[in-house]
Parts: sequence; C-alpha cells; structure tokens
Amino acid sequence: MKRLILRTAMAASVAALASLPLALSANAQDTIKVGILHSLSGTMAISETTLKDVMLMLIEEQNKKGGLLGKKLEAVVVDPASNWPLFAEKARELISKEKVASVFGCWTSVSRKSVLPVFKELNSILFYPVQYEGEESERNVFYTGAAPNQQAIPAVDYLMKEEQVKRWVLAGTDYVYPRTTNKILEAYLKAKGVKPEDIMLNYTPFGHSDWQTIVADIKKFGSAGKKTAVVSTINGDANVPFYKELGNQGIAAKDIPVVAFSVGEEELAGIDTKPLVGHLAAWNYFQSIKDAQNDAFIAKWKAFTKNPKRVSNDPMEAHVIGFNMWVKAVEKVKSTDPDKVIDALPGIEAANLTGGVSKMLPNHHITKPVFIGEIKADGQFDVVWKTDGLVPGDAWSKELEGSKDLVADWVDKKCGNFNTKTNKCGS
Amino acid sequence: MRVSERWAAVVLGLALWLLGSLGVEAQSYESALEKFAGDSYNETDAAIAGIAASGNPLAASVLEALQDARLLFGDDKRIFLRDKAGTLRDAASGKPVESTATLKPVRINNRIRRSIEAALGGLTLLSADPGKRLEAAQAVFKSKDGKALPALEQAIGKEVDLGIKRALEEARAAVLIYSPTATEAEKLEAVGQIRRRGDQDARGLLAGLPGDLSQSLRRTVADAIAAIDNRLAAWNVVQNLWYGLSLASVLLLAAIGLAITFGVMGVINMAHGEMVMLGAYTTFLVQEVIRGSAPALFDYSLAIAIPLAFLVAGLVGIAIERGVIRFLYGRPLETLLATWGISLILQQAVRTSFGPTNREVGAPHFMSGAFELGGLTITWNRLWIIVFAGIIFALLLAVLRFTTLGLQMRAVTQNRRMSAAMAIATGRIDALTFALGSGIAGLAGVALSQIDNVSPNLGQGYIIDSFLVVVFGGVGNLWGTLVGALSLGIANKFLEPYAGAVLGKILLLVIVILFIQKRPRGLFALKGRAVEA
Repeated sequence: MKRLILRTAMAASVAALASLPLALSANAQDTIKVGILHSLSGTMAISETTLKDVMLMLIEEQNKKGGLLGKKLEAVVVDPASNWPLFAEKARELISKEKVASVFGCWTSVSRKSVLPVFKELNSILFYPVQYEGEESERNVFYTGAAPNQQAIPAVDYLMKEEQVKRWVLAGTDYVYPRTTNKILEAYLKAKGVKPEDIMLNYTPFGHSDWQTIVADIKKFGSAGKKTAVVSTINGDANVPFYKELGNQGIAAKDIPVVAFSVGEEELAGIDTKPLVGHLAAWNYFQSIKDAQNDAFIAKWKAFTKNPKRVSNDPMEAHVIGFNMWVKAVEKVKSTDPDKVIDALPGIEAANLTGGVSKMLPNHHITKPVFIGEIKADGQFDVVWKTDGLVPGDAWSKELEGSKDLVADWVDKKCGNFNTKTNKCGS
Repeated sequence: MRVSERWAAVVLGLALWLLGSLGVEAQSYESALEKFAGDSYNETDAAIAGIAASGNPLAASVLEALQDARLLFGDDKRIFLRDKAGTLRDAASGKPVESTATLKPVRINNRIRRSIEAALGGLTLLSADPGKRLEAAQAVFKSKDGKALPALEQAIGKEVDLGIKRALEEARAAVLIYSPTATEAEKLEAVGQIRRRGDQDARGLLAGLPGDLSQSLRRTVADAIAAIDNRLAAWNVVQNLWYGLSLASVLLLAAIGLAITFGVMGVINMAHGEMVMLGAYTTFLVQEVIRGSAPALFDYSLAIAIPLAFLVAGLVGIAIERGVIRFLYGRPLETLLATWGISLILQQAVRTSFGPTNREVGAPHFMSGAFELGGLTITWNRLWIIVFAGIIFALLLAVLRFTTLGLQMRAVTQNRRMSAAMAIATGRIDALTFALGSGIAGLAGVALSQIDNVSPNLGQGYIIDSFLVVVFGGVGNLWGTLVGALSLGIANKFLEPYAGAVLGKILLLVIVILFIQKRPRGLFALKGRAVEA
C-alpha cells in the first residue's frame, strides 16, 4: 500500500515536472521579446548603459498601454562588454536562441559592422541609434542616428559662416567612424576652397590620456593668423583628458572653438564643465530644448531611474523614435515577422522630442532636425543654431567619389547601393 | 541784440547743447540697454557696441555682468544686473531695486563673448585694479580696436608697473599695425615691438596681416615672422623635453611599485593596474566626503587622500598576497593567471559598487591652469606630479637604503635562500614588499586621478606601460626603473609630433623589443651568482 502511494506520488510529481516546461513555454509564447544589445562594461559602458535603461523604460511604458498585439513585451538584455566580436555572438544568441522580434543596439561603427552579417544571415531587424559615418544602407538595419549630412556637414557650415573659420583641425579616435567622417569633411572643405595646408588631421587610440603634445600642436596650428577650429570625432572617455588639457593650456572657446560629434550630456556628466563653456556640439536633440514632449519625457525618465540628476541625450531620443516606429509598423501589419515589418517601416512617422515628426525614409534613415549647442557651466547645452525643418538622412555622401552616384532605396529598387549612373544595384 | 544778451544766448545755447548731448548719451545708453531684452544674439551684439560707445560709467559693470550671466531681463523689458555681492540693481541707474518678475539671464555665445572682451578691453584700460588693466591690454591686443588708441596712450603714460606697461605698449603696437591711418614709420616700429614679444600670439598677429603692404613693411614683417619661428622652434625642443619628463613621471609612478614586487618576489602581478585604480577611487571618495561635509577643505583633499590611498591599496595587496599568491610561489604562469583573475574581480567589484561611468575628481586650485616660463607653457598639475614622483622615488630609495625592512628586502632580492638562512622571515618580507608595492601604486592612483579618467578601466591603461618600463630598466633596480621611465617618456614625446600618437607607440615598442634582444636583463641588471634569471 505504502509502495503504491509512493509510486503514484512519484509518477504524479514527474508528470507535473514534465509538464512544467510546456506550461512555461506556453506562457513564453504570450510575450514578444525585444533584444537590447548595448555594452554594460568596458570602455563604451559610459555611453551605452543609459541606452539599455531607456529601452527598459520604453518597454515598461508600452506594457502599461496593453503591450503589443495583445501580448506583453519582454526585454532580453545582453552585455557584449565593448568587445566587438562578442557583439556578433550576442546578436546571434538573441536572434536564434531567444527568438527576439527585433534588436535595439550597438554604438561604435565597428560593433555595428561586426553584427551586420548575423542580421543578414538570420534575417532580423536592428535599430541603430547613434550618429555614424554613412556609406552603408542594409535591408535589416534602420538608422535612427544622424548621417553625416545631419550632423557633420551642418556643423562645419555653422563654423564657416558664424565663426568665419579658415583653418581646420580634424581630430578623431582611430577607427572607421572618424576616419570616414574626416574623409567626407576633407572633401567637403576642399570643395569649399579650403587649402590642404589649412587642414590638420590627427588620430589617437581609444582611451588616449596624454594630450599635451597634440593640444600644443593645435595651439601652434591656430597661431597662423587665421581663425582656427577643431572638429572632434574623439569617442569615449578620451574626451575627458582632452578637454581638461584644453582648459589647462588656456585654449578658450572664443579663440579656438571645438565642435564635438560624440560628446553629449552623458559624457559631460563626469567633468568639471566650467573651463569648457562655449565649446560646441552638434546633435539632433538636446535635453535643454524647451518642448512639451521633451519635458514629459525627462520627467518620466527621472522618475524611472529614481535619480533627479539623470540626463537625457540624443541616442536616447533616437531609441524613442525607433521603438515607436517599430511598434507602429508591427501594429500596421499585425505581425512581428521581420520581412513584413521591414517592408512596412518606410513611411511610418513618429513624433520626436523637440516638437517635430520624424519619418522613416526608403533608405532606412529618418528625418531629423539639426541643432548646434554651446556647453554651459552646468553640463547642459545652449542651442545657438538650428535648421528650420527636418533634414532627411543621406546614406551615401555626395562628397566622396565612390559614393556620390549611389542611392539607397529599399522600397522601389530594393537595393542599398543603387548606382544612378549605371542603373545597376551595387557599385 | 545787446552784447550781454548775445552772451546770454551763447551761454544758454552751450548749456542746452551740453544738456542735450548728455541727454543723448543717456538716451543712447538706455536704448542700447533695451536691446538686451530681445534675447537675440544680433541685438545683444548691437547693444554691446552701443553701451561701449555711450561713455556711461556703468558700462563696464554692465558688460562684466553680461559676461558672467549676471545681466537679467524680465517680462517687463526692464534690464537688471546682479552685482558680485548678489544685490539686484537697475541697469539704467545702478540703484538697488526689488523685482518680483521672473528674471532670465541674457544669453551669450562665442561671438558675443569676443565682442564683450573687445569692448571691455577698451573700457577698463584705466581701471584701478592692475589685474583688470592687464586683461584689458591683452584684450585690445587681440581685438586690435583702433578706437582704444587714445585710452591706450593715456594708460601708457600713467602706468608704473613694468609688466603691464609692456603689455599696453604691445597692444598699442597691435593696433597701429592694423590701423589704416598710422604712418609707415609707426608701423615699422610696431612690428619691431611685436617681434620682441616673440610668442605664438605675436606670430599669429603678424601672419594675419593682409597682403597689400609696402615693400619695406612686408620685408620687415617676413623677417619678424622668421625670427619668431626660429625662437619658437628652439623652445619647442625644450617643450617636448618637458612633456617627455611629465610622461616619464607618470610612467615612473605607475611602474615603481611593480619594480619592487617583480624585483623582490619575481611575481608577475597583473592586478597592479587595479591598485592604481583603487587609489584613484579613494581620492574620489575623499573628495565626495569633503564636498558633502567640509567644502572648505577641498584644496587639501589630495593631501588627505595620499595616506588613505596608500593604506587601502596596501591592505588589498596584503590580502592578495596572503590569500592567493603565497600558495603559488615558484609558479609564474599560475601567478599570472591568478592575478589576472583578481584584476577582473576587482574591476567588476568597483563597477558594481560605483557604476560603470566615470567619476569626477576635481583639481585643487593650485593644480589648475598653467604659467609661462620663457617660451614654455607649464601646466601646474603636470609640475606637481613630477614633484610628487620625485618625492616618492626619493622616499622609496631612503626606505630601501636606511631602514631594516629595506635591508631585508634587498637581501631577499639578491639571494632568498641565504636570507632565510640568516633568519630573515622571507614570508613576512614578501607580504610587506607586496604591500609596499601596492601602496605605492595607490599613491600613483591619487596622482593619475588628476590627469586621467577615474573609471573601473583606469588600471588597464597603465599595466602594459608599467611592465615595459620595468623590463626595459632592469628588474629589481629602482634606478633602472627611473632611467627606463625617463628614456621611454622622452622618446615617446619626441616621436609623437612626427609619427602621431598611434605610430609613435608602435615604434617605441619595436625599439624596446629590439633592445631586449640585445640585453635581456634590461638596462641595469642585477649581477651575482645567485640571482635568478
């Protein structure tokens, strides 16, 4: 009798345990998974951690509105640790194993280039929120950050017109984004009549901390009697000792202004910004822009992070726009199937946080306003110039020989690099 | 009309004209002030020009307030300024007032800042404060504003301070060179004056002259520029030496702790960089405490952080030695792996406690800014770090030479077996040596927090360089570390202007590799039969 009871009990418990995974997976199919692929450790953690946090906030908000297609959204966070090959591995894990419906991630261009083959092979969707060098338009990627014509070119135009800059220092970190952006800027400047001896190029490794010689060279270059400016594509925390050295050697913004493309509110949060007042940055969003949408977002953000001093920045806004566009596309086609969503996205509109409405273009870029801001003593930016409307992003720069004839169009031509001269897909 | 009546008419006319011009001046000052209320950059620029031209005694204080964001406007279009003491004043009359309206500061950008500087320069040339007069002279030198010439002449006549007088004369020279009305002789003399100044600003001034000059003037300017260039090139070599010296001091600080642990114990400590990082974070914590409870002590924060960083890093060093390394003596590969693992643990522990983002470590007042020495620009923080490195080195030499601990450490380095036979507790010496080496790394962290980012990855940037210096200079020898640091630092800084930062580093590594082929023991190798290789 005892044995019978024991055996029944064992059988029952085994059956219960066996059915558990089935029950769990049945529950799991009731959620839509969203992948978050940002470095939470390593040299880029300073910039990327906040993007993971904003994605979690957006997903929580969407769930409060009832989720998507009747299901709850589930965030799947992985840490590729600023290790570029690991980005590809983690992307594969997100798509194949976790079966996410789309991925929001990457910061450095090298991390994006590493994951491209994975997204092409497994046919998923990546929303890339960071300003980059262009020269790319992939079917599986949607670029919600600025292309060079939405950041670099307007910044150079501002310096030429407003500050009458005649000599240029192009300083960047040594990897694909600064190298390509500087190639574009050099071509642009030469086309505007700037002589080659009035352009100085300089590249430093990630995390470079000894800027004495380089800042002294900038000072020397700027003492040739013509107004000089520095266009900085320096990435990561090398910016901190760079700006400190500028302050220490007495280079004031009114004498040699520095316009940076990768320095925002988040990067300034760790420095004493008083010596930097007047230096510039070019973005498509600043926390200090007065707008009802922006105020609401900042209030929500500070409440979500439980930190009244937490700042918001441009890549965060890009994720907000990208996420809202993805939700609208999914609701439009009533499915999370990547092919259907990819075809539905061009033409979708979503509000940005500065009072405009961004539109997804056939080249998988969006329309964005351009702002030039000056650093204030409290680490925020004061907008000194802005475009009248929204600028559409150009994937292929008109300034470079190899790309000026190329156009990306995933709606009609189904091609990311269509050559308008030869009328063939592929350069 | 009778004569007296005529005179009365003239006097009345003069009086009315005077009153009228005063009134016009007052009007122009006030109408200029009104433009600030528009809060547009173009209006503000026009307002600055109007105020500077008005001659109103309040003009200088209004412009200074604008510079410091103390010039405010409200919805009622009235302009106020908050003086340095904090009292709110009406900008038109200067009298203190009350206002219940919400006041916003008038915004400025770089172009406005330049206009303010130029305008203030002209206005404050005759100020009672010598600092302000010097600033004004430098501002006029940059702005080359011809309208300031009469004020300049007056100031030069009255000036007693030789340094300020020279600055004023140089400012006058700058104005004359660019003035369309000055004579050829005046301009030639002015060029001579600027050439005597001989620094980069002088060169910039001369190089920016338009091409349409007379033959002799153009030749004089070209000669002056060539002379300045030669002078600057000579100073450039000295400047590079200085940069090399400061880089060497950083390398020395980071490497000297490693020289001791590597030298005495032969332990490859991959967690050495994290000791530096712990020292930097200790500095951050000390500053946080001071900022919260005793802000007046901020300038002493580094002095307080130094012994604390030594203790913290030293204690962690003892823990590592007693806990892990003690069991791995004689097994260098295992020690390497184990200390690598410890470095990862320490990094992640700090990342979890403080967050992955960088932490702000401020500089005390005596470490900010720079000063000129001849043609050199010397930044204070680098100077203090060199002094600090020198003191640490001297102290360490003293410890090794004059204390019992130092004697025992040297004995264990030269011949471990014999020292044990002489009743030296080698185990205890090992622990203390490791503590000393780690403690010094902590001190390096205090210094490095001033010039590098304080983040969990701080140590990673210095571990390779530290090993390079120690291997190059010779293991176990402090003088070797010093010479190694000096040569690597100076070589790096001389290569950098020609090859760039990345290529310079690569070339240096190649040179060190080739050197090690010839002399595997480094520059100053220890000699003796029992010295392990």
